[in-house]
This record gives sequence, C-alpha cells and structure tokens, in this order.
Amino acid sequence: MRAEDVRVCVLRMEGTNCEDEMALAFEMVGAKAEKVHIKQLSGSAPAAMRRDLEDYDILAFPGGFSAGDYIRAGAIFAARLKSQVGPQLRAFVEAEKPVLGICNGFQILVELGLLPAMDDAMSPVPTAALYNNDSGRFECRPSLLRCDSRGKCVFARDIPNGKVLTIPSAHAEGKLMSMDPDFVAELEDNDQIVFRYVAPEGDAVYPWNPNGSPSDIAGICNPAGNVMGMMPHPERVLTRFTHPDWTRGYDSEEGDGLAVFRSVMDHLIG
Amino acid sequence: MTVVEIRIELKKGVADPEGSNTRKTLESLGFEGVASVKTVKVFEVDIDAPADRAAEMGEEMCRRLLANPVIQNYKVTVR
Repeated sequence: MRAEDVRVCVLRMEGTNCEDEMALAFEMVGAKAEKVHIKQLSGSAPAAMRRDLEDYDILAFPGGFSAGDYIRAGAIFAARLKSQVGPQLRAFVEAEKPVLGICNGFQILVELGLLPAMDDAMSPVPTAALYNNDSGRFECRPSLLRCDSRGKCVFARDIPNGKVLTIPSAHAEGKLMSMDPDFVAELEDNDQIVFRYVAPEGDAVYPWNPNGSPSDIAGICNPAGNVMGMMPHPERVLTRFTHPDWTRGYDSEEGDGLAVFRSVMDHLIG
Repeated sequence: MTVVEIRIELKKGVADPEGSNTRKTLESLGFEGVASVKTVKVFEVDIDAPADRAAEMGEEMCRRLLANPVIQNYKVTVR
C-alpha cells in the first residue's frame, strides 16, 4: 500500500472541534483524510453523501465536546455510532484496521467498549470510564508523555520506548477508572499502556498528571494494538511552531505529535 | 402514558467534585452541620407502554446509554 492510497475517516458530529487538525495530521504524513459526519454513515444520508466505513483504512475520532458532553462525555456519540453501524465498526476493528481517539475521541472509544477491550473487541457495556479530573476542573497545559509501549501499539511503532514527548492536555474528564482492582497490572502485562504522564524530575504529581489517572496513564491501546486512545492532543503539535518551547531551544523541525501519525502510516505502508 | 423516573448516582468512593464544592459553599453561607452533598441525575421518561414493559425499557436505557457501570448506579422507578 502506498501512502496516498491510505484513506482516513475523521469522524465528526455536532460538537467535535478538532477534526481539522486531525485531518491535517494525516495529510502531513501523506494519507488522504476525509472529514465524515456521523450521519453520512447511516442509510438515511442522500446517496451522494453516503460513506461506508469499510472503504477506509484508518478511523479517527477527534476531540471536542460531542453532543455537548450530555449524559457523559462521549456517551451519545458512542450510542449513535453503535446503533447505526455497530457491526461494521466491529468488523473494522476485528480486521485490525487502525482506530485512533484523541481526548473526547478516547472517551468515545471507552464508551463504545473498544477500549480497554480486554475480553472482547467491542464490549456491550463500557468496562472502563474516563471520569472527572481529581482537581474537579478543566486542565489545560502542556504535558510530558513518556512512550511506554513495548511495540504492540501501531500508533507508537516509531516512538522509542522511554522517549518523552511534549503534548498539550485539555480536558475535564481524563481519569481512567475500572471496576477491576488489577486493571493497571493487566494493562501492563498486555503491553496496553502506550503513554504515561511524567514530570521533568521525580514523580508525575499534579499538575504533571493532570487528572489523577492511576499509574499516570495517559493513553492505552486494545490487546491487538490497533485501537488507541489518549487524552492529550498530538494533533496540536504537528510543526515546531506549536511546541511550547519553540523559541527556547527546541531544535526539531517537526512537532512532537507527528510521530503518532507517522507510526501508523509506517505500519500500513510497511 | 407511563412515567419512568431514572435516577443515576455515582458509586460509593467515586469523587463528586460538584457535590463537595457545593458542600463547601453551603458552609461558607453559614449552614452548619452539612456533612456531605451528593449530586444525582434524574431522567423523567414518558413511555407509551404498560408499567412493567416501561420499567424493562428503563433498565435497558441505563445499560445502553444512561449509566456507565464503572462509576454509576441506577434505579428505575415507575410512577
């Protein structure tokens, strides 16, 4: 597969607001990205507007406040998608096509049951939650993320284990929770922990861990490694000019976030 | 028409920043002895079905959309 043949579906609905950056990110690594409204996947859309999930190679859920965060962040997007194209979505994931969710996109993946998905590719009810930050506030600042993937996640393929990236956080509900007390250890054993919050020195105490997630988890993937969700926004640091330190000695030509998108392209192109 | 009341509350041990903030503010207004404040969400759903069927539907609504079992409990009452 060539880069220009990779088709990306950036799925949006009322209230998503990061679809432009998400589509740009995939375009910058050579893919063809299309912003698709959730209504275009349902049979009720006019024929010319109709899109099929199976025609795409990557599915991406952008950040924002889908459906106004009513009920719970991501719950309405997830319920609508499941009711309209549930079987197609499951087939997409089971074919090991890459699926990415950032911020509200991560919340949607958890509500869909696509993450952490330890027992089934798409669980019927959520098996985790992204709940209110411990601070009770919207947290918005650059975070330091260490890549802890040991090679399973396709979105971290090109990022060396232990490398630290500077990526902005901007969320009110980012604390990963589960009913299973051994949750973190299981994620660790399965190589499902992709990114952790770290501090410049010492432990990632607040505000380096902005939400109180256990074990400083910032991003996880499913057991197969093709579905990843993360709270911070790599699509906001595509060029050096949006890196917070770009005037203070940041010497890379590209932004730290681009590596996530390049990784999945390298995975597909081989 | 059956009126179904669906009450969604946070599980014990799940932080409730809105509740604890409200408690602090009530205290600052001079209310004494406010031990805790919890926020709960109530949906009132009018369903065109008999009571038992409506209650079943309410439960199903919780499972499929209204509650996340990791953090929330729900209670369905037919009124």
